[in-house]
Amino acid sequence: MTDTLTEDALAALIEQHRGRRGALLPLLHAVQATCGYIPDAAIAPIASALRISRAELEGVISFYADFRRSAPNAHRLRICRAESCRAMGSEALWQAAQSAPSDTDIEVVYCLGACAASPAAEYDGRLLCRLDAARIARLWQEDQP
Amino acid sequence: MSVRVRISEDSVACALGADDVARALAAALAVRGLTADIVRVSARGLYWLEPLLEVDTDAGSFGYGPVTDADIDSLLDAGLLQGGAHPLALGPVDALPFLARQQRLVFARAGLIRPLSLDDYLESGGYAGLKRVLETGEDAFIAELEASGLRGRGGAAFPAHIKWQGVRAQGDTERFVVCNADEGDSGAYADRMLMEGDPYALLEGMTIAALCVGAEQGYVYVRSEYPHAIEKLKQAVAHAEAAGFLGEDIAGSGRAFRVEVRAGAGAYICGEESALIESIEGKRGQVRARPPLPAVCGLFGKPTLVHNVLSLASLPVIARDGGAAFYHFGRERSRGTLALTLAGCLRRCGLIETAFGPTLGELVDDFGGGAKMGRVKAVQVGGPLGAWLTVDDFDLPLDYEAFAARGAILGHGSVVAVDEACDMAGMARLAFTFCAAESCGKCTPCRVGSVRGGEIVERLMAGSHHAADDVALLLELTDTLRDASLCALGGMLHYPVRSAIEHFPDEFTGRDTR
Repeated sequence: MTDTLTEDALAALIEQHRGRRGALLPLLHAVQATCGYIPDAAIAPIASALRISRAELEGVISFYADFRRSAPNAHRLRICRAESCRAMGSEALWQAAQSAPSDTDIEVVYCLGACAASPAAEYDGRLLCRLDAARIARLWQEDQP
Repeated sequence: MSVRVRISEDSVACALGADDVARALAAALAVRGLTADIVRVSARGLYWLEPLLEVDTDAGSFGYGPVTDADIDSLLDAGLLQGGAHPLALGPVDALPFLARQQRLVFARAGLIRPLSLDDYLESGGYAGLKRVLETGEDAFIAELEASGLRGRGGAAFPAHIKWQGVRAQGDTERFVVCNADEGDSGAYADRMLMEGDPYALLEGMTIAALCVGAEQGYVYVRSEYPHAIEKLKQAVAHAEAAGFLGEDIAGSGRAFRVEVRAGAGAYICGEESALIESIEGKRGQVRARPPLPAVCGLFGKPTLVHNVLSLASLPVIARDGGAAFYHFGRERSRGTLALTLAGCLRRCGLIETAFGPTLGELVDDFGGGAKMGRVKAVQVGGPLGAWLTVDDFDLPLDYEAFAARGAILGHGSVVAVDEACDMAGMARLAFTFCAAESCGKCTPCRVGSVRGGEIVERLMAGSHHAADDVALLLELTDTLRDASLCALGGMLHYPVRSAIEHFPDEFTGRDTR
């Protein structure tokens, strides 16, 4: 098992969810909330508990953008590149984000529901609005010790 | 009683600094030995004024905004708690033209109540609709629903009562009510505002629907990009259960209805109702071929009523005030009010709830105040799969059929404006990129056509030597997508692409060739 998801913890999560109808997505969210991704060691127990094949499980995990099969970076920046944000300069933000430190995952998101204050992004789960490239660059500076 | 100062706790208001302002105000009040209740409320939907402070005065709720924490001292010096004059003073908020011209039924509580306070909800008329349905019975309410003229607010505008009758007509079996809260369209945020700001209205609407169609279990499927809405709804469900408005015995009726909040996982396609159902079942969010409709064979193979957030949140209003009162608003076959969300380059971006009827130009110019810089070049109504419209279309009234007649859609009311700096071929490229990224992969036209279409647009943007042929090919491709896709994702891609080409042909064919 991984550092953060022990066999017991996984078993507890499975036990907590297996009785629900349509348990898979809530269970995957719960596993990922615990250790940041869906580790290899979780695949067989989940598939077995929910009586689906491992291929089916991998198919579901890979379908949804939220689920990851490898450990995430320390930081995560999601930039909205949908219409409203694009109209307000999201492409410049995207360019600026390419200079992020290597411990930051840069991802595209299509809409954070903040279109009244475009362009928007989300940094480590925090919603940011009316962004500009300078503020993007300050994000990593604030994280330096 | 001390003065109340209202500050929104809406996620976007907080992203714009509402939390900082609330903290700064509390600290400054303490330093000055003043007392006031800082009440965190839902958002008015006046986002260009956020963070917005509202203070009760004799003249009504008096506003200041947009406020930063640095403004707090000068505001208190100016007599903030008495509605004193200040450069940021807005006057009585209800009198702001942006609000005064609206008819708020579904969003009547916006900016006024604490989202999770059941007391606030009950005091403002909450659960009166449910009580009335319990008194008068399901058949009477479905007659009211028909009289209201409510059509689904998710975009397809299907008459609600027909959908309900379809679910009811199924034999003696388990049924479900599912709320489609997978609001993924860029420019749309009314569902988010309602879930964050008035979650009990959604739960009451679901409960009314469940009673009428005979469901005992409901699901709200919320996109994971809306973590605040998910959290608010989960808490609201717990409070409503504790107060007996959800659970085994709803409001003493002996009827049961339980609601579970489900988080999506980053797939736009799950806003399509059959993909959403698959996703709740724990599968890939792939679209189902129809028939059968969800009303016949939906979640877990059972008859399922699927409605958008705002359709469900309209039900308490219709139940409380009657179908005729709702029908009174609107025009032709578009009745009641529609929530519209202004986005993009406009000066005043925010929520508008109005009876059907005002023109697109009124939305963009009168409400939106035109572009922040330069002029509005084009407007996309109804999300990324909606048509681009120009100033020539500003006479269009808000009306499902009027938009359809102009080759456009009203969708669920998002309005994204772009200014003259916007490259419309780039927007067409984005439409294909988005479709390719979000296609569920089940049907070939969408899965393959979205990629190929994007390549053609890129060729045009780089200066194609056969631009006219490429444009013809592109249009033919979008027609194929329209006619042969399983669902609206591929099926509606022709709207943004064709309209962009028709309005701005030079941006596709007039590029310098390399």
